[in-house]
Amino acid sequence: MRILVVEDDPLLLDGLTVGLGLAGFTVDAVGTREDACAAVRTQCYDCVVLDLMLPDGSGLDVLADLRRRDDATPVVLLTARDQVADRIAGLDAGADDYVGKPFDLDELAARVRAAVRRGKGRPSPTLNWCGVVLDPASRTAHRDGAPVSLTRREFAVLEALMQRPESILSKSALEETIYGWQEELESNAVEVHVHKLRAKLGADFIKTVRGVGYRLTERAA
Amino acid sequence: MNSIRARLIAVLIGSTGLVWLLAVGWIYLSTQAEVERVLDARLMEAARMVNSLLSDHRIEAGLDNAAARQALGAFEVDHSSYERQLSCQIWSLEGTLVGRSQNAPDTRLAGASVGFSDAEVGGEQWRVFTVENQALGVRVMVGDNLQIRDRLVGDVIKGLVVPALLILPFLAGVILISVRRGLSPLSDMAQTLSARPANDLRPLASVDLPSEIAPAIGALNGLFRRVQEARERERSFTAFAAHELKTPLAGVKTQAQIALASDDPAVHANALRQITLGVDRTARLVKQLLDLAALEANDAEPAPVEARAADLLEGAVAELSLPADGGRVVVDADAGAERTVRVEPQFLALALRNLIENALNHAPADTPVTCRIEAGGDRAVRFVVEDEGPGIPEAEMALVVQKFVRGRTRSATGSGLGLAIAQAAMARIGGRLTLENRDEGGLRASLSVPGVEAP
Repeated sequence: MRILVVEDDPLLLDGLTVGLGLAGFTVDAVGTREDACAAVRTQCYDCVVLDLMLPDGSGLDVLADLRRRDDATPVVLLTARDQVADRIAGLDAGADDYVGKPFDLDELAARVRAAVRRGKGRPSPTLNWCGVVLDPASRTAHRDGAPVSLTRREFAVLEALMQRPESILSKSALEETIYGWQEELESNAVEVHVHKLRAKLGADFIKTVRGVGYRLTERAA
Repeated sequence: MNSIRARLIAVLIGSTGLVWLLAVGWIYLSTQAEVERVLDARLMEAARMVNSLLSDHRIEAGLDNAAARQALGAFEVDHSSYERQLSCQIWSLEGTLVGRSQNAPDTRLAGASVGFSDAEVGGEQWRVFTVENQALGVRVMVGDNLQIRDRLVGDVIKGLVVPALLILPFLAGVILISVRRGLSPLSDMAQTLSARPANDLRPLASVDLPSEIAPAIGALNGLFRRVQEARERERSFTAFAAHELKTPLAGVKTQAQIALASDDPAVHANALRQITLGVDRTARLVKQLLDLAALEANDAEPAPVEARAADLLEGAVAELSLPADGGRVVVDADAGAERTVRVEPQFLALALRNLIENALNHAPADTPVTCRIEAGGDRAVRFVVEDEGPGIPEAEMALVVQKFVRGRTRSATGSGLGLAIAQAAMARIGGRLTLENRDEGGLRASLSVPGVEAP
């Protein structure tokens, strides 16, 4: 899952980038309102973690900009201004959740996952498809009840595919999911990860649609 | 007397009483003079009448006859309180009493002089008019008992004073009520104010106010406004301080959780480094908050002292925890170094320290921060801190001196308070903080403080 973190405090921004990265997210980090607006316009994120007080304006402006463009990307507000009135104002401005500082990193990760889940209209916290169960919270995968060990990147690729199991994802869409801006892209990384996933989950589980991208196997009728 | 009402009542009753008294005194004196004039004229007339009666032999002097008694009896005024007012005696020139009116005393009323005279006869004061009749060889003396005259004047005054005394309490009551009525806007105001809760700082209604209270209400409303503003400032200060403390705390907590969660030694080390940084920054923020609060709360009289500019700069630099060789801070001895300034040294040092820390935080780690002293115009001395950092965008120049406003290019340790502290310290010692971007890149911050004429 690729998320955008908007926070002007460098110490906290570093913590969020590393911490949410450890929780399995692919994190893009920006420090100003301007950069945040530019980022959400050019990149599709699964979730935006947004600080309210930015040096060049309010995070609510970023939120308003998103919602004005009918962008339904889930937004978790992150701020020290956590009075009830602030929370209400933030939620009514279109945010999906509100976390006051200081917060627990695991809780923030869980809230981001929940926001993503709700955004996708998916009630179950786990992703299920043809006997493969993926738990984004514990970052574990099972195939027919047996645990399957996946690396971080493999998990990210599988997660992206399983979130939209009936659609085809292009190679570049998968690349964007697993690599943030800061990360060096390896040329055939997606092919490598898909290859390893097929080895662990069965050759048929991920299908290649020639010239378009990848999709999961069709559900058995 | 501290009550306006009591003062007003006292003044009004006192002055009314005084006016009454003066009027009574004046009337007394003028009545007395007038009564005296009228009665003297009557006395003279009576004496002349008796004299002419004697000359016409209408009454016979010498004998105590009935006719004479009757004639002299005419002097008895038929008025109960003022009867026997006039008395008449007829004396021969040799000094024997020829005749007298019924109530006249036996003793001679006047001496040998003719005209008006005063005499004391039988313990009573008399006013006497004497006419000498050479032809008959007698003196006619007509006397007026002064006691009776005084009683006349006294009765007139009494007629004046008694109603006045009856009216005075009524008048006092009227004064009391009107004063109370007149001062009711004041007591209304007091009542409104005392009924207010402590946090109600709404201005008092200022329509239909008497012109005497309007300035007081205006001043009071002004005070309310200032108190309200001070409270707003305090509230926003507290809110901002809480926000500013929460963010680095969130950072420290997040980094600590990363250190706990990760097995990667590199992530571990980085997280611990970040925690150290976060704690340093929080500590500095707390110190700056305390500095700022102290600056804002300090309303003691300024007590500037004269000091060598160079000593102050060295002192401020020494207070920073820098490496022994000064690290990146370069103190550039200049012509202005020998200047003497007149400031409160602790505030100047505070401002300097914050400017230098600011420069150290914002400029790249390997660039110097130059401090120097320059002679400014009009005896002022300028302390200049120059860095080679990114400077401040012109659009943000005015904003950065506000509390908690950080520039867009922020550092990990910036609290957004340094420039605000420098600004507040300058306001305190009558100096001025100027920020400008240097042509060669970086920021030039100067503190212009009052100096002393070079010796």
